[in-house]
Amino acid sequence: MTEEMIIAGFGGQGVLSMGKILAYSGIMEDKEVTWFPSYGPEMRGGTANVTVIISDNRISSPILHEFDTAIILNQQSLNKFEKMVKPGGVLLYDPNGISKPPTRTDINIYKVEGTKTAVEMGNPRVFNMIVFGSYLKVRPILSLDNVEKGLQKSLPERYHRLIPLNLEAIKKGEEIVESIQTV
Amino acid sequence: MGELRLMKGNEVLAEAAIRCGCDGYFGYPITPQSEVMETLMQRQPWDETGMVVLQAESEVASINMVYGAAAAGKKAMTSSSSPGISLMTEGISYIAGAELPCLIINVQRGGPGLGTIQPSQADYFQAVKGGGHGDYKLLVLAPASVQEMNDFVDLAFELAFKYRNPAMILADGALGQMMEKVELSDYKPRWTKEEIHEKWGSWATTGKPASRKKNIITSLELDSDIMEANNRRFQAKYKQMEQEEVRYELIECDDADYIIVAFGTSSRICQKSVEIARAQGLKVGLLRPITLFPFPKKIVGELAAKTKGFLSVEMNAGQMVEDIKLAIYDAGHHVPVEYFGRMGGIIPTPGEVVDSLKNKFHKE
Amino acid sequence: MDLKELIKPENLVYKKTELLNDDSMHYCPGCSHGVVHKILAELIAEMGIQEKTVGVAPVGCAVFAYKYIDIDWQEAAHGRAPAVATGLIRLMPDNFIFTYQGDGDLASIGAAEILHACNRGENILVIFINNGTYGMTGGQMAPTTLDGMVTSTTPNGRNIDLNGYPLKMTELIAQLPGTSYVTRQTVHTPGAVRKCKRSLKKAIEYVLDKKGTSFVEVVSTCNSGWKMTPVAANNWMEENMVPYYPLGDLKDSEKGEIVSEN
Ligand SMILES: Cc1ncc(C[n+]2csc(CCOP(=O)(O)OP(=O)(O)O)c2C)c(N)n1
Ligand code: SF4
Ligand SMILES: [Mg+2]
Repeated sequence: MTEEMIIAGFGGQGVLSMGKILAYSGIMEDKEVTWFPSYGPEMRGGTANVTVIISDNRISSPILHEFDTAIILNQQSLNKFEKMVKPGGVLLYDPNGISKPPTRTDINIYKVEGTKTAVEMGNPRVFNMIVFGSYLKVRPILSLDNVEKGLQKSLPERYHRLIPLNLEAIKKGEEIVESIQTV
Repeated sequence: MGELRLMKGNEVLAEAAIRCGCDGYFGYPITPQSEVMETLMQRQPWDETGMVVLQAESEVASINMVYGAAAAGKKAMTSSSSPGISLMTEGISYIAGAELPCLIINVQRGGPGLGTIQPSQADYFQAVKGGGHGDYKLLVLAPASVQEMNDFVDLAFELAFKYRNPAMILADGALGQMMEKVELSDYKPRWTKEEIHEKWGSWATTGKPASRKKNIITSLELDSDIMEANNRRFQAKYKQMEQEEVRYELIECDDADYIIVAFGTSSRICQKSVEIARAQGLKVGLLRPITLFPFPKKIVGELAAKTKGFLSVEMNAGQMVEDIKLAIYDAGHHVPVEYFGRMGGIIPTPGEVVDSLKNKFHKE
Repeated sequence: MDLKELIKPENLVYKKTELLNDDSMHYCPGCSHGVVHKILAELIAEMGIQEKTVGVAPVGCAVFAYKYIDIDWQEAAHGRAPAVATGLIRLMPDNFIFTYQGDGDLASIGAAEILHACNRGENILVIFINNGTYGMTGGQMAPTTLDGMVTSTTPNGRNIDLNGYPLKMTELIAQLPGTSYVTRQTVHTPGAVRKCKRSLKKAIEYVLDKKGTSFVEVVSTCNSGWKMTPVAANNWMEENMVPYYPLGDLKDSEKGEIVSEN
């Protein structure tokens, strides 16, 4: 198994930390992982993205130009990364702030109302975990047990009390993800 | 098995320094390596192992602090990125001339000048040919994974002390910023004064006891006969490194018609290129130099005897390609050597590399 | 009244300085850099010296100053702007040359260059943006970081025992006979901006009159690096930075004396 993915959105949406939790969960599953972020001044309030690779084998290139999965959280990122999804791959997006939805017909497209649901749950900060849950539903490559361990590892001790809330958000994300197109 | 963690390359450099018993780190912030010092300041190793960490006022100061600490017989290090390393080259030349061990880490970014903060390998020549003035060489290690960022810190110190010569870890922004699974090393205690003496001799300037002659650390020698003898000693040392310290990795080279040569981040890209090329029926292998000085000349010569061509893939305008050509020439072979690369902080894609290989060697 | 009738030249109360171009600035909202750029651009326009001005940009957040003000610029290596400016003014003595530098650039890596340029009394203007941190590289400690101030390389606050004392660069500079006008200002309120602009104007006039080096420190905020909202950063600056870096003229050679207030 090798999963090559990109998570892209605005800085502050929890893009990098979602990638980190994914990667840590992968380690808990005894997989090889890499996490490669965009870095530099563009991070100041601008776009942020991270490439995450989870594999049974030694990982070659940490930098990719086509992906099995793209998790897209703003329009700029959709414009940039929709074309880089492998045919038959997965595109998962949050429609909030997306005015021109994806148009490809050769990929699987899913939608998650993450922003809206996070507000309904009374905690906008769990937004990224809702999206993460939707991803896990669509691509069940990691067990929830290992995701919980991944959360424990990637969150500093003082935030561990928030793990149940995060798990709840993940479950919520699993429930609300909608399939738009399957190929 | 040691502790498994998910960490950035830069963070791992800091952690590895603490764990290998480093005595002192001196640095100045610069993207994309600032996390090295930031991690050390978070970790506060002075409470744990007694390691000293100091933010200097510049890279010129950092490297001279390293010079002083190394003269005390201590394991001293600094890290920076390309523009900062340029500032350090004066100090590095003095350290090499005074025959002191130390570790310098370059997390490269694109140049020349202020350039870009994105990853690059454009400081290859600067690293492997010495960098500053005078005839000297650094031991240069090129990690290609976060794990190797961990492993090479200790290795670099071992080699630096073995040869009383500065060692460099030549990484780049991608290796510094990316996170991978890493097994951290176990803690080694810092060396005591007595251990240093026993292991490496008594050259350090620690205060002269009645039992030995005074120790002088200097690169100056006005008597040219003596200075030439010093130079011959340095050169003999570099020869010995070429004989004993060459390290490299071969991937699918046994039956390869074409060999890609790449180090660091570009070797990771090229690993994927090998997969792609092989899936297309092209027999391609990868030689990954791990030591850039000493350069793995011998294996290049051996491969040249049985392959149709080499492609040097670099994140620069083609620097290592010259060392490959020299190695093939020295081995008495005539094999085409081509270069492919990107500059200015752009990382080549695996597909681009395969296309270039096909264009250059395999025109149907 | 119809909007069209209102938009007439005679009703204009404020317009963008001609010399500030339309490139959107990369500065964080609330940052002092943008305000200083604006008053500097206004002065160059008002004083009619665009054609003789050459700016020297630093390495720091203001590295792209050359994108925003429509004059000739040169970009220096980190800390070397005063040496670069020396080269310019010595070969073009009738031009107006200024450097624009941060506290890391001027007080840390470039401490030697600034001291010697001022000591030689190079006929240049130095604008010194003191925000107590390295904004560009992500908020590390600068020489001017206050005692106890948290930065990414002083996670528990600056410790004098380890890192030494916050450096009062401007007080040092004022001691040098080569300098003619040395002042410390802020730009965090409309009043302060007006005052700073007057000081900057005087500083430029002294340089145009070939009186030696003019040095204008602007105690500034770096809300991103300080991890504060712009308003909180302004308040924090007033409460913490200004007491340690008191405002006002430290030296005015016209008055023939050092008028340090502290
Ligand atoms: C030789 C060298 N060392 C380090 C750097 C990295 N660097 C860029 S800007 C900067 C500090 C900027 O701080 P300051 O001068 O205070 O400007 P500010 O961003 O706060 O306005 C540093 C260390 C560099 N570009 N060149
Ligand atoms: S990082 Fe600080 S100095 Fe730089 S633009 Fe932002 S607020 Fe200004
Ligand atoms: Mg600053």
